[in-house]
Amino acid sequence: MKHLISVLVENKFGTLNRVAAMFSARGFNLESISIGETEDPEISRMTIVTRGEDRIISQVLKQLNRLVDTIKVTDLTHQPHVERELLLLSLKLSKSTQHEIFELANVFKGKVVDIKQKSITIEFVGSPDKINTAIDLFKPFGIRELARSGAVAIHRGES
Amino acid sequence: MHNNGEKLNGSEIFFECLRREQVEYIFGYPGGALLKVYETLHDVEDIKHILVRHEQGATHMAEGYARATGRPGVVLVTSGPGATNTVTGITNAYMDSTPLVVFTGQVPSSLIGNDAFQEADIVGITRPITKHNFLVKDVKELATTISKAFYLATNGRPGPVLVDMPKDVLNAECTFEWPESVEIRGFKPTIKCHANQVQKAAKMISKAKRPLFYIGGGVITAEASEELRKLAIDLQIPVTMTLQGLGAFPGDHPLSMGMLGMHGTYWSNQAVSNCDLLIAVGARFDDRVTGKVDTFATQAYKIHNDIDPTNVDKNIKVDLPVVGDSKDFLASLLEAMPKTKEDRSAWLSEIEAWRKQCPLDYTIEPESLKTEFVIDEVSKQTRGHAVVVTDVGQHQMWTSQYYKFTEPRSIITSGGLGTMGFGLPSAIGAAFGVTGRPVVLFSGDGGLMMNIQELVTAVFNKLPVKIFLINNSYLGMVRQWQELFHQEKYSFTDLAASNPDFVKVAEAFGCKAMSASNPESARNAITEALAYNDGPVLVDFRVVRKDMVFPMVPAGGSISDMLLARLNPKTMV
Repeated sequence: MKHLISVLVENKFGTLNRVAAMFSARGFNLESISIGETEDPEISRMTIVTRGEDRIISQVLKQLNRLVDTIKVTDLTHQPHVERELLLLSLKLSKSTQHEIFELANVFKGKVVDIKQKSITIEFVGSPDKINTAIDLFKPFGIRELARSGAVAIHRGES
Repeated sequence: MHNNGEKLNGSEIFFECLRREQVEYIFGYPGGALLKVYETLHDVEDIKHILVRHEQGATHMAEGYARATGRPGVVLVTSGPGATNTVTGITNAYMDSTPLVVFTGQVPSSLIGNDAFQEADIVGITRPITKHNFLVKDVKELATTISKAFYLATNGRPGPVLVDMPKDVLNAECTFEWPESVEIRGFKPTIKCHANQVQKAAKMISKAKRPLFYIGGGVITAEASEELRKLAIDLQIPVTMTLQGLGAFPGDHPLSMGMLGMHGTYWSNQAVSNCDLLIAVGARFDDRVTGKVDTFATQAYKIHNDIDPTNVDKNIKVDLPVVGDSKDFLASLLEAMPKTKEDRSAWLSEIEAWRKQCPLDYTIEPESLKTEFVIDEVSKQTRGHAVVVTDVGQHQMWTSQYYKFTEPRSIITSGGLGTMGFGLPSAIGAAFGVTGRPVVLFSGDGGLMMNIQELVTAVFNKLPVKIFLINNSYLGMVRQWQELFHQEKYSFTDLAASNPDFVKVAEAFGCKAMSASNPESARNAITEALAYNDGPVLVDFRVVRKDMVFPMVPAGGSISDMLLARLNPKTMV
């Protein structure tokens, strides 16, 4: 099954490579990986989406922990968390489709970030599932290009 | 000796750090990026630099030294080709968990990434084969980086660490500050075993009727042989060992079962298949041990102690994991075990029956020489007391079967990676670290040729290494598989027409050499070689060419199903 893993790592050159190389060397599936600085500039947070049976996932977590540059490894999958992904979607635009595109973008709370005579770029934020649905529904209009950030995730606060 | 607060250049800091780490030997080879270091080295007297003849040799020597002494091995090589030549040796150390610190010179920082002369991205290249590695970008970070490198290499599960040092960093000056302690927030190995897990283990052991220790190299690394010996003897639990675990328990003790796995003893593998409790300590259920995993120790409750949590449940699902240092595990078990002696006679006599059913034996014929005889004879003449180094192949497996290792740190062999060419340089490294015990190398003719240049290093340093060349003029293990599983197509494994005269080769290097081709001359040659201590000696044993190592578990087969002798390959398929 799909697992969402959050990893705090040293913000040093080569760390992303160490993690990605470990996945490929051990044949683990790596669906997406995203990385960015945290409130502490010496530490980055990586969000990794991977798939595998429990035995594999347990190895993934242990192998991540074993890397010297990883500080904390958390499997968020079964914990309360918020997961978001950013999608930039560039579509073909024409008089006949324009109305429908705007309407559909509204449904997904999309934000137009660029518009030209024959193209439009819309920004969407949501769970990866929602992003997948959006892509499916916009496909008939003609996708020119798209870029996804990969998932980022964080624990929900205590109540 | 320099003090904290002194202004030093990078090269001086480098040696001062090695001094603080109590390094005795550096195995190295100079080059352009290291000129400053070798300039400083010229006046360093308390750390001995051993000049090798190939950087791969340096890494294997450092590993031989580390395995023989338990101290980290140190390598110093230049950038580019010097660095890339260390890759096999580093991988070998990684697979066999040997502490090494490898220092590589690097082109000046300003040229990194420019495809400069003798530039290689060695940090990138070695990321998957080191425990960790560093590129030092500023001379101010050099001392802390070196102290971290030694700390990482030797703590937790040991392994190789590489430090890449650009030329300008080695030239630059700064105030020397030796860090008093090392703090790496991402590296906190579990040393102490969880008390509940140990209690559970103790309970399972006291309930077991057919328990078995399965001991790996981790017990030797953890210096836990004494605890193991006491536990096994007190509780009358038989002990089988992996290739790297040999020597952890005395091979001449009745509870010792020798090695398990592909070329292990028949009775070890039968015991694994029939035990009701398997206590794995410092071992990692390698495929050469388990054979087909679905049929491995199916009747056993499995306890697994290892310092590296990734080893737990990796190949075999276990019932009771105990993460932590093996010495702590065995010592805690000793305390936790009830003091009542168990009667294991039924189980031990079952094992004895397997031993009798399929013993390790060989025949002696007056006019031909068998490898088993050579190893058996060396074992007897050294009373199992030598530090035995091997290369990789048939002779290595025969060594595991016929040399009776009586103490830890007695076998130095390439297990995980199976590196041909490992033997000679690692024997040299071991000889630097060992005093009072003979250092014996068993090598095949194929493997010896792979790093034969290091004979110079042995001769020049007058190291009394006994080089016992098991010469069948075949790549024997590959030949064995060709005969058994590849329709007798002996592709490129017959070296008879191309091998040199090894006695002449050795003599040209200035090494004493002789040859033997029957049991009597072999026995005499061994006696003479063991008595000669003015430098290395090579004995070219012209052994039977087409012998095969048995018993054997075919790759992917179940370990309860061993091939016991040569069969007609045509009937096998």
